[in-house]
Amino acid sequence: MLFTVLAGLITSSLLIPFGKLIKTKWSILLPFIPVVLFLFYVMHVPSIAEGTNFVQRVNWVPSLGVNLDFRLDGLSLLFALLITGVGTAIFFYGRTYLKGHIYFDRFFGYLLLFMSAMLGVVLADNILTLFIFWELTSISSFFLIGFNNDDKSSRDSALTALSITGLGGFFLLAGLILAGNIAGTFVISELFMKHEVLTIHPLYPLIIGLLFIGAFTKSAQFPFHFWLPGAMKAPTPVSAYLHSATMVKAGIYLLARFTPILGGTDLWSISLMVVGGFTMIFAAVHALFRIDLKGILAYSTISALGVLTFLLGLGTPAAIIAASVFILVHALYKATLFMVTGIIDHETHTRDISVLSGLRKVLPPVFVAALLAALSSAGLPLTFGFIGKDLIYEATLHFNENWTIWLTLLAVLTNVGLVAAGFMAGIKPFAGKLPSAFSNIHLPYPSLWIPPLVLAIFGLAFGLVPGIIGNYFNHQTANAIAGIETDMHLKIWHGFNLVLILSMATLLAGTLLYVVNKPSSSKLQMLARFDGLSPQAIFRRLARGLKDFALFFTRRFHNGYLRAYHLKIILFAELLLAYKLWLSGPISIDFDSLTPLSWYEVVIVAILIGALYIIVSAKSRLASVVSTSVIGYCMCLMFVFYSAPDLAMTQFTIDTLTTVLFVLVLYKLPGFINFTSKTVLMRDALVALGFGAILSLIALRVLFEPNTTEISNFYGENAYLLAKGKNVVNVILVDFRVADTLFETVVLSIAALGVYSLIRLRLKSSEKE
Amino acid sequence: MKSAILQTATRYLLPILLLFSFFLLLRGHYFPGGGFVGGLVASIAFVLHSLANGTASTMKILGYKPISLIPIGLAISTVSIMLPMLFNLPPMTGLWFEEPIPVIGMIGSALFFDLGVYLVVIGVVLTILFTIALDE
Amino acid sequence: MELLLVLVLGLLYAAGVYLILRRSLVKLLLGIMLLGNGTNVLIFLLGKITKGSPPVIDESYKVFQDIYADPIPQALILTAIVISFALTSFAIVLLKRVYALVNSDDLDDLNTPEEEDL
Repeated sequence: MLFTVLAGLITSSLLIPFGKLIKTKWSILLPFIPVVLFLFYVMHVPSIAEGTNFVQRVNWVPSLGVNLDFRLDGLSLLFALLITGVGTAIFFYGRTYLKGHIYFDRFFGYLLLFMSAMLGVVLADNILTLFIFWELTSISSFFLIGFNNDDKSSRDSALTALSITGLGGFFLLAGLILAGNIAGTFVISELFMKHEVLTIHPLYPLIIGLLFIGAFTKSAQFPFHFWLPGAMKAPTPVSAYLHSATMVKAGIYLLARFTPILGGTDLWSISLMVVGGFTMIFAAVHALFRIDLKGILAYSTISALGVLTFLLGLGTPAAIIAASVFILVHALYKATLFMVTGIIDHETHTRDISVLSGLRKVLPPVFVAALLAALSSAGLPLTFGFIGKDLIYEATLHFNENWTIWLTLLAVLTNVGLVAAGFMAGIKPFAGKLPSAFSNIHLPYPSLWIPPLVLAIFGLAFGLVPGIIGNYFNHQTANAIAGIETDMHLKIWHGFNLVLILSMATLLAGTLLYVVNKPSSSKLQMLARFDGLSPQAIFRRLARGLKDFALFFTRRFHNGYLRAYHLKIILFAELLLAYKLWLSGPISIDFDSLTPLSWYEVVIVAILIGALYIIVSAKSRLASVVSTSVIGYCMCLMFVFYSAPDLAMTQFTIDTLTTVLFVLVLYKLPGFINFTSKTVLMRDALVALGFGAILSLIALRVLFEPNTTEISNFYGENAYLLAKGKNVVNVILVDFRVADTLFETVVLSIAALGVYSLIRLRLKSSEKE
Repeated sequence: MKSAILQTATRYLLPILLLFSFFLLLRGHYFPGGGFVGGLVASIAFVLHSLANGTASTMKILGYKPISLIPIGLAISTVSIMLPMLFNLPPMTGLWFEEPIPVIGMIGSALFFDLGVYLVVIGVVLTILFTIALDE
Repeated sequence: MELLLVLVLGLLYAAGVYLILRRSLVKLLLGIMLLGNGTNVLIFLLGKITKGSPPVIDESYKVFQDIYADPIPQALILTAIVISFALTSFAIVLLKRVYALVNSDDLDDLNTPEEEDL
């Protein structure tokens, strides 16, 4: 399985050197990647259908529990097939759609990256691996949504999508790590056993809260839904791929994957039912007001995602079966409708449904695809959509609660909206009279209209043999979500019952709504008046507030003067250290433990203080440099007094060399000028003395704390026994801590090279200016 | 700073200081001293010479650019660390000759490491100072 | 006497901080050097200081017979001193280059706060 994930990643990096080549007729090679992967997963269908799971484990960072664990079960397989199957259609379609685009190679690079990331998400058997791929989908989709990067609104949409899904990713990571730590394992298949431990844990609400934010942001649930309509700025193949079958379903996948681990509680069910239920009806109503084809599809997608969340919230076996089927149903018809929209846009250069009409006369095969998809989305008998819709009603009707009527009503209303929206997108542009402006449109290349047609035909064919499809594709999916054996028997005909009546009523009401509803830009504008209250506006205000705050903060604290930064850093450090010192209580000085005071120490310290005073107040460089040397020699003598001969020698030689260095360079520099006013000098002096005082206090504090000399004693005792040396300082440097010393010499070498290159390899151009 | 006395003095000081620095390096394991101090003293010897006679003439004595000492020193240090691996010991294990050698005393891989440090220090200090001096 | 060293390190830090708050590049450099010296004294103090007993084992013995100065701070400071030389020389050369380019020792001449960037 690892290779299927890596295939796209490797190919996409190969496109960097071979980008030019792939823009030529060799681009025909591209679709074969998803084709091969698709066939690979199709081969697994029979064994998965029998209940086998495949596991592959590759060690990555075992010490952190991050491994490339992959596991293929019913749920993963359904998604893997969707990703590679719809991917195949999209690759064929996109190759023609973007033919001749200057960033053709880049586009497929991103698309391959995205496909691999999606496969990684659905195959990962380790929650940290899952998260890594999850983030990779956000990042690659950012590039795909912002593909038309010369368009500002496109860039904005990409940024919104990235910030929403990226933000969700943070929450998800927190939730996953929390769950992993509580359960004691990061392996998903082991987490199944920890359901009990996790659900009774006091942090359980937090875990699922974090997880939900991750899933809802990705799957565009209210109130995070608004990035999805914005993301329609992407080229249509991207919308068709990301926003029908893959990316937005990642959130659904996450919820489904974690249903057997964290689900089954009231909190889980009710949260999902409320959010999903509200999203599905909210978005279905919204879809009816759109006039942009892609807008309609975007909102109906949000609504469908709401339906899925809602079904997972219901959590009964019937609901889970419905969800597993509806994932497939929706992917098939929505991808088709998106691709049809792309063709219409490509040929007529508009996506406004109040303008488009009569296209069936010039684009007959496209019309067939759109019609089939629209009918499947409407749930007409004999289409796969019919089965899906039936199962949804089945689930709501048999939900064992008092409010089953209300849930069913909600589902019916949503579906009525979805039927109308599907007709608006799939039938409206083709119905009616053909305006003369569109009369000279020709059918595009077959590679553009065959992929949607194939998907649409699948949508029909699956509906004719639902039993087989159910057994092979959905049965194990439902089992994986439910965690138990489900009873799946998909049939075309359930008999004449309440579900069928509801289905027919939905279809009828939806059709009626489609006929009555005349979306127009004026109605859309009426809706726009409430924009100020929408989550999108709130999000934008938050983002702008953050930006303003950052600007204010930067203006206030980053004035570009080095000393101002120093001042702030030092003051802050002083405050923190002083607080910590104050906390630690008074310092008691034990005079008996001190070494005796001798007159030469006093002399040396007096000289040192005098030299310090000269440096601080000096007007001339020479005085400063001489005083610096004096300080160095004083330090050297101090090392001599306190039994550090090695240090004394080093300090002495270094000090000599530093003086030579100063003499060589500083001669060329000007004298000091005093710019600063007395008050500023006083302020700085106070800050400096405060810092010195705090450091002195810390030193005192440490001096009279009992300290351990274990390590020193080890070195002292073993210097000769282990390292055959008697100068312990040298033994530490060249034996006990030899690696440190080696790297220190490397640092020295780098400094020397730095000096050498700064002087020898001068920047000629800047010098001339 | 060209004075005849200093020039004459450095002619004799240079070899003496170098000898002293080498002495510091060799006995560093038993008495104060070692690669760092030794290298610094040797650098001072050369710097003194260059102050008296000009950097160019010191470079002539050196023969090579001081910067070439850096990789040599690093290589010696690294080899001395890796050497135990030849004897199937973990790297950085101290290796020693059985018998002490007259004057120097015990010789082991630590001494070679210190020799590397010594050379790197000379290389670094002289590179820095001579580069700056020649730039003036 | 430890208290003298405590005083010295406080003053070294104070002088260092005062100098890095000035506008002059040279003073900045001197300030950094003083801070380095102050830190060396601080580290030195952290091991118990002793007089007249360097951490060198007597010639005729294999282990210490008497108390000895803590070797760890000494090893740390030794490397710190050498590194600080490399740092100082690099900083000096940078300073030289800056001076050659802007012909000023004033740090304020180096920055052009770009309002339009904000």
